[in-house]
Amino acid sequence: MTSAPGVTLSGKADIGARSLFSGLRLDVAPGDWTCLLGASGVGKSTVLRLIAGLETGAVFSGGIAASDGVAIENRIAYMAQSDLLFPWATALDNVTLGARLRGEKPDEDRAMALINRVGLSDHAQKKPSALSGGERQRIALARTLMEDRPLILLDEPFSALDARTRAEMQELAAELLAGRTVLLVTHDPAEAARMGHRIYVMTSAGLEEADTPPAPPIRDFDDPETLQAQGRLHRRLLGRA
Amino acid sequence: MKGWRNIGLAAFLGIAIWQIIVWATGLPHFILPSPMRVATAMWKSRAIIAEHSLVTLSEVLIGIAIGAFLGMATAIQLAISPSARAVVRPILVFSQAVPVFALAPILTLWLGYGLWSKVAMAVLIIYFPVTSAFFDGLMRTPQGFLDQARIMGASSVSTMLRIRIPAALPSLGSGLRLAAVYAPIGAVIGEWVGASQGLGYLMLLANGRAKIDLMFAALIVLAIMAVILHTIVDRLASKMDQDA
Repeated sequence: MTSAPGVTLSGKADIGARSLFSGLRLDVAPGDWTCLLGASGVGKSTVLRLIAGLETGAVFSGGIAASDGVAIENRIAYMAQSDLLFPWATALDNVTLGARLRGEKPDEDRAMALINRVGLSDHAQKKPSALSGGERQRIALARTLMEDRPLILLDEPFSALDARTRAEMQELAAELLAGRTVLLVTHDPAEAARMGHRIYVMTSAGLEEADTPPAPPIRDFDDPETLQAQGRLHRRLLGRA
Repeated sequence: MKGWRNIGLAAFLGIAIWQIIVWATGLPHFILPSPMRVATAMWKSRAIIAEHSLVTLSEVLIGIAIGAFLGMATAIQLAISPSARAVVRPILVFSQAVPVFALAPILTLWLGYGLWSKVAMAVLIIYFPVTSAFFDGLMRTPQGFLDQARIMGASSVSTMLRIRIPAALPSLGSGLRLAAVYAPIGAVIGEWVGASQGLGYLMLLANGRAKIDLMFAALIVLAIMAVILHTIVDRLASKMDQDA
């Protein structure tokens, strides 16, 4: 993996005659976790999908560029709220999916090592239907790591998990994705306060950068300053800042 | 084991009702033969029934193989190419408006009295359900899978082979289940219109010679064949459901 670049997105997006956002500028800092916090429907997933080069249903005009000037395409790995594991393939085959899709020979030893790192080496030969929601998301994380890309786009990957599994997954992801440029889209102020080197709050009024707690991420969920930051983020979401 | 016991019970019940109707109505044996008469006819004519069954079975199996293959190939082609969809889909729908049974005499005229006119009937009758079910499945791949494939740099060929087709297998399974039911109907109608072999032909022959017990025997063999075929395809299709 070469050193991770930053990404900047600036511009406006319209859905039909309605403006989704305009005059928006998002800086995703190199090698850090940037959290994009917002309520549903505010366009935060659209921002992530635009960076990923996916269909959005919106018309975007503006620029998306990496800080090193190289194209973003093929340097991205992506995790969504749904694990997107193929039900017909084993956990191991899901982890090696990228290589098989590109017609390359999958490196099964490396895949097993990653499955081991997410703590599921006993489950490598199981189908997703035999795994719990948290286990499936761990396999999805292993698949993301298997791609070994410098830019990681996370679209609410932990929001469907129960509180305990979510906290564990946040810690695991912070550990395993360290050093990469991560954009985490979330609707959860607690998650943003815990995970972000930088936190942006997206509302219908636009994008604002919020203060981050002084401790480096990943922060303890009971750290007083993290909790205060969480409260402030909540107020911003509600428009009561 | 329990399944077999239930099948046995159902068969016994069916035969009992049949016998009761024979007793209650007092219909002569050349209108409604008793189960015993039909069983006797089945045993006496077992060689000839087996011979004709084999013919019908080959027609049905070859028809399913060709029809399923053509249907799958068409569905994939339509899923790949929007221009093919624009041109071919109206033709497909229109072709469904033509009653396939009405084509039987034409197929016999073109392909003769042998095996191939019946195979063609079976193919025509199952082609649309297979195409339609598989095509729908191919067009309903979850968007997230396609997003993931795109980000991973998959070509459209590998997306088709490794994602869209596996994800559409349960839909293909529903199409094949229908095919297993329709294909024997197609083959038998083909045999009624013009044939020198097959269970449909044997039924007409027996009818013409007032051997109604033999006609019933052929009908029962045909029904058993169709049920077995459906069961096998159903098992296969359920396996495809599990895998997808």
